[in-house]
Amino acid sequence: MRVSLGITTNIHNWLFSTMNVTMASLVEMVLIALIYLTVFAVLGLFLVLLERRVAAWFQLRIGPNRVGFQGLLQTMADALKLVSKELTGTTRADMFLYNLAPYFVIISALMALAVIPFSYEFQAFDINIGVFFLIAVSSVGVIGILLAGWSSNNKFAMIGAMRSGVQTISYELSIGLSLLTMILLTGSLQLSEIVEVQKNGWLIVQGHIPAVIAFMIYMIAGTAETNRAPFDMVEAESELGAGFHTEYSGMKFAYFFLAEFINMFLIAAIATTIFFGGWLSPFGITESLPWLGIFWFLLKTFVLVFLMMWFRWTFPRLRVDQLLTLEWKYLLPINLVNIVLMALLVWSDLTIKF
Amino acid sequence: MSYFSDIYHGIKTLLTGMSVTGGYFLRSRKGTITQQYPDNRATLKMFDRFRGEVIMPHDEQNEHACTGCQKCELACPNGSIEIIWDRGIDEDTGKKKKKIDQFVYHLSLCTMCGLCIDVCPTDAIEWGQNFENSVYDRTKLTRVLNEPGSKVRAGIED
Repeated sequence: MRVSLGITTNIHNWLFSTMNVTMASLVEMVLIALIYLTVFAVLGLFLVLLERRVAAWFQLRIGPNRVGFQGLLQTMADALKLVSKELTGTTRADMFLYNLAPYFVIISALMALAVIPFSYEFQAFDINIGVFFLIAVSSVGVIGILLAGWSSNNKFAMIGAMRSGVQTISYELSIGLSLLTMILLTGSLQLSEIVEVQKNGWLIVQGHIPAVIAFMIYMIAGTAETNRAPFDMVEAESELGAGFHTEYSGMKFAYFFLAEFINMFLIAAIATTIFFGGWLSPFGITESLPWLGIFWFLLKTFVLVFLMMWFRWTFPRLRVDQLLTLEWKYLLPINLVNIVLMALLVWSDLTIKF
Repeated sequence: MSYFSDIYHGIKTLLTGMSVTGGYFLRSRKGTITQQYPDNRATLKMFDRFRGEVIMPHDEQNEHACTGCQKCELACPNGSIEIIWDRGIDEDTGKKKKKIDQFVYHLSLCTMCGLCIDVCPTDAIEWGQNFENSVYDRTKLTRVLNEPGSKVRAGIED
């Protein structure tokens, strides 16, 4: 556990000086978990608001602007309403799995956040297989979606869940391979080290052509991973009602909703870390002020989140066969060629470094 | 080789689409089409083809163009219009002539089909722009469209 950046080091040292090692680590873990839960629940709510405002601007509307200044409290009010609502269910639903499913989705989303480096040494869990951990954990979420669809005793939910299974398993390949392309440059899976490597230029600059191709593939596959439009067959409103969470209400529905937006943030955050130098400032302009790292990280992440919203409000939804054609006939072969290209690039030392 | 040209065209068309929506995003502040209704009540202007209610315009001399031909009453599919008419003496010719006493319009029955306005030979009735039609007492929805003391404009029947 490497938590520092001044204040975090102080708290860490104080905790370990006042009690024994086991207690101190336990208290530290609980503290970090609480902070992450609070921050990302609020962040998820504000992402929902951002999505609604951005969607409105794309469609020449205004969007929610009544609750609080410029509608800032709108999603807070929505969440409060959802908490107060009744938790309904269907007859002959598998109640155990039905209640369990939302937690799979939300926990896998929150777990993946633990390894994201937000700033210099500001990372809850700096594991040496960081990227692998991210890919592994983010694909656990689909189990929750499958369980939700299966246990709801609803045909629409079932179809939605099955589509999600097909989609996630297919696109997992592209995410993994496009990240693998970048790993060839860094030579490490540890996220903090990947950011260190980028002090000589962001990876998208270092790897130029294959890196840009990998980034494009990553963004397409990442959008598909989070089940967002144009890949939202999972919850295609016009076909399936609300898809796998048709039968959920109240807070359990809110978990799915929140997880979707945290996943979107996560995909953007991974792209920031791997392709755009994480918390590093462009050209090192604020290298003397390491606490600005969090600002640069969030700025880059939100630009990528905006890109995903731009996709969503521009492109029409794909059909299932088109979705699979895109993955297996286009993204995957291009990706494999791209890896070879990147390997040649690294081998012949054609990378751009400052 | 259509594989590669497909990829090229795919990316090109996607970027075209994104530039269109991106343009909308940047221009959204000026081109917003949302009306924030109760706030802009004073300035809100309905569009020309809006069907709010049937009105009968009167000019400065309190004259309208309705001759009392009852075509609108016949055209109305659900009896929203009732014309109570009378016979009066025409000043110019001295003959007896049909004139309207009350043009009764039931807004509560009206489906805004517009047949009465289409059929009117003298364009005496037309669409009003008022859209705030809710009232607490439904008898207020039965209206007499001709003003008290009004008469038909001279020469409208020629």
